[in-house]
Amino acid sequence: MDIRIVGVSKAFGRTGALRGLDLEISAGELIALLGPSGSGKTTLLRVIAGLEFPDTGQVYFGNEDATGLAVQERQIGFVFQHYALFKHMTVFDNIAYGLRVRRRGTATEIAARVGELLELVQLTDFAARHPRQLSGGQRQRVALARALAVDPRVLLLDEPFGALDAKIRRDLRRWLRELHDRTGHTTVFVTHDQEEAIELADRVAILNGGRIEQVGTADDIYDRPATAFVMSFVGDTSAIPVGFDGHRPSFEGRAFDTCLLGPHRGPGLFYVRPRDVEVTAPEAAAITGKVRTVHRTATGLRTQISPGTTDTLIEIELDSSAKVKAGSQVGLRFLRGRLFGVRG
Amino acid sequence: MSKRLVSKRPVPPPTAATERPVTRLCLTAVALAFLALFLVLPVIVVFSEALAKGVTVYLETFDDPDARAAIELTLLVVAIAVPLNLVFGVAASWAIAKFEFRGKSLLITLIDLPFSVSPVVSGLIYVLLFGSQGLFGPWLEAHDIKILFALPGIVLATMFVTFPFVARELIPLMQEQGSLDEEAALTLGARGFRIFFTITLPNVAWGLLYGVLLCTARAMGEFGAVSVVSGHIRGVTDTMPLHVEILYNEYNFVAAFAMASLLTLMAVVTLAAKTVLEMHYGDALARTTRI
Amino acid sequence: MLKEPSAIPGFGLAFGYTLFYLGLIVLLPLSALVLEAAGLGLDGILRIASEPRVYAALRISFGLAFAAAIIDSVFGLLIAWVLVRYSFPGRKVIDAAVDLPFALPTAVAGIALATLYAPTGWLGGLFAAYGIKIAFTPLGILIALIFVGLPFTVRTVQPLVAEVDREVEEASATLGASRRQTLLRVILPIFAPAILTGFALAFARAVSEYGSVIFIAGNLPFVSEIAPQLIVIKLEEFDYRGATGIALIMLTLSFAILLAINLIQAWSRRRLGGV
Repeated sequence: MDIRIVGVSKAFGRTGALRGLDLEISAGELIALLGPSGSGKTTLLRVIAGLEFPDTGQVYFGNEDATGLAVQERQIGFVFQHYALFKHMTVFDNIAYGLRVRRRGTATEIAARVGELLELVQLTDFAARHPRQLSGGQRQRVALARALAVDPRVLLLDEPFGALDAKIRRDLRRWLRELHDRTGHTTVFVTHDQEEAIELADRVAILNGGRIEQVGTADDIYDRPATAFVMSFVGDTSAIPVGFDGHRPSFEGRAFDTCLLGPHRGPGLFYVRPRDVEVTAPEAAAITGKVRTVHRTATGLRTQISPGTTDTLIEIELDSSAKVKAGSQVGLRFLRGRLFGVRG
Repeated sequence: MSKRLVSKRPVPPPTAATERPVTRLCLTAVALAFLALFLVLPVIVVFSEALAKGVTVYLETFDDPDARAAIELTLLVVAIAVPLNLVFGVAASWAIAKFEFRGKSLLITLIDLPFSVSPVVSGLIYVLLFGSQGLFGPWLEAHDIKILFALPGIVLATMFVTFPFVARELIPLMQEQGSLDEEAALTLGARGFRIFFTITLPNVAWGLLYGVLLCTARAMGEFGAVSVVSGHIRGVTDTMPLHVEILYNEYNFVAAFAMASLLTLMAVVTLAAKTVLEMHYGDALARTTRI
Repeated sequence: MLKEPSAIPGFGLAFGYTLFYLGLIVLLPLSALVLEAAGLGLDGILRIASEPRVYAALRISFGLAFAAAIIDSVFGLLIAWVLVRYSFPGRKVIDAAVDLPFALPTAVAGIALATLYAPTGWLGGLFAAYGIKIAFTPLGILIALIFVGLPFTVRTVQPLVAEVDREVEEASATLGASRRQTLLRVILPIFAPAILTGFALAFARAVSEYGSVIFIAGNLPFVSEIAPQLIVIKLEEFDYRGATGIALIMLTLSFAILLAINLIQAWSRRRLGGV
């Protein structure tokens, strides 16, 4: 089932509002909604589910306008951040719940379907347990099986791995991807973890301030960020304010050579990834800076360099063998970077 | 999905986790009507009956010497019973909240015991002890000591009935506070009562205040137990609630409700104090205040 | 006595005084009851219970207390729900007013309710027009018992209503359950242990209630005479034995109810894992 969100707005007293947002999700796709907290990603998920209703705009399931459909009528599967399992029911009863309230089949048919799902989430032996007798990862899978039981037209997951340990999180992520490849449900999940979004999703939609900044594959958003926000939100970047002389950007009046990516040509902010900066001898370089700090990391050295007179800082990753000392003067060469006009 | 509505529904349900506005309105109306009927109307009746013949008549009822005697007796009983129960409540909660000992839960159960005893039975046990055919009855008679149908009996019955109130407020509050503050004070060289008055008491002062207030309200208003042990001697062993009964049975409704209005005011003040304390001192009080 | 030595002072004094005062005020008087009961023996107690007037009073007390506790449970749940979930002007004041039956002296409640529901009263008059008598009938007793039990049912359910996870209700809705199904299949089972506890507390309180009932009851033997009233009558006749017998029957039942409450709570804790 493909889903179209057209011009959806939702005002809240607090954060999480949506401001005229459009998004198309194609059938069978696994898409991540990624953004900082308060960006509206959970609100958007709840609007798709029918747990919130937009002030303006439409939600289409296929060709059907689902905007006014109550959550019960949308036939969606929703996995809550804290799972929201029914504590007084066994694992079996939790999974069977949706089938029972919708009167899908006889008791035997329901039992058979629950059996299939238990097998799918590898919890066959746990059918008679209560949720509190399960680990976090097991509860997560029960929540997933419960959502899948009613054959949802779309599977919606709110921070599905947020409450789990790092190790279990990685295992479950891989497992969820395999499950998706096998069942082919259209799946939307919310996360604030870019690594999770990029690793798991076919496409990532990046939200900021109730709008979508960019939708694309991991390559798209990492290598071809559409906005300054995406550039700085996904992966590490440093930004320096630059002027533009028609050909080259200039920092504090000194033009420098670089491979300019993106369409913008003009004054604005020059964004550069740490690994795209080289340190040279200060004499030969157009831009020089003072080394502020040097930290050893797992893979090399991370240094902060302040070029020029302002408090702008540039982060650079260097080989652990590089000889850079705090306080020394170095030259900087920007291999490539992206220019964005300043908004507003 | 037979009921699928294509296109826009005029008013979509605001959220899935609540009832429709109509349902909410109905449920609220029923709940409020029930509360109005059972809680608010009785209070209004008390004041409307008390003032039925005007403020002057209302005030004059308190000039009656028997009414004054009842008020004075009640205040005297409160002045004896409440401080004694307060000291007990503090001692019991100190022992229970700050130490681990065998039989602790038994002790807590025993402290709660008077809650589960009918007020009439609470009076009865004192009759069995001190009545003319009771355990100590003959001995007391021989030595001309009056407990039953006199002040001591009324005080004892009141103490029994209001026994758990202060302790029950304080125990959960003190348990929540733990002993770290007291241990810190110990390392600084403070001793015994000084620790209690400077460290523990300020932490639980509001719970203590509410416990005392509740204890006072209940002590003033106790009817069943006191009724059994008092002997109903007008002007001598009649407390305020007992005097309400006498006046009511004499069809002196204005005077009965006038006396009742004082007790009602005390109850309302207690509830108001609880609400205010809860608002200012958070849910700690609300959580620990099990009725 | 202490399980482990403690640095905090005052255990001996506090514990000693607690035991002394408890013994003097609670245990000693209650032991008089036990002593008197021992003199009665089981035979004596059964004989008292089977006196027609006693039996009738016990039946009226327990029957009406049961009915009142059921009504309190239903409305207690409703009131707790409305107070927690819905917002309306004056909610805070109304929330505080729920404790009124707990703080208001029983005699005051008694005469207020009797006046209200008497055939000449504001509410009694309304019903009298349809030939229904409330005050001075068992119906009046029921009203008084509903009044005294209400705070217990509201206050036991209220914290649970506040704690219930909204996501659980939303989860039920996403699985296709109607609001009614969610309430019946998900919410009610979560509340069930608390509702039972509240019921038991209201029931125990109603059984032992005296002051608020006697004014509205009419106290007609075999019709509207409650067990505590009969204890008072027996005492006025200096029939200590008879009074003790009735008291003992009531106490035994009260303790059974307390025990049941504890079992319910233990059971729900086991089942719901500390909720």
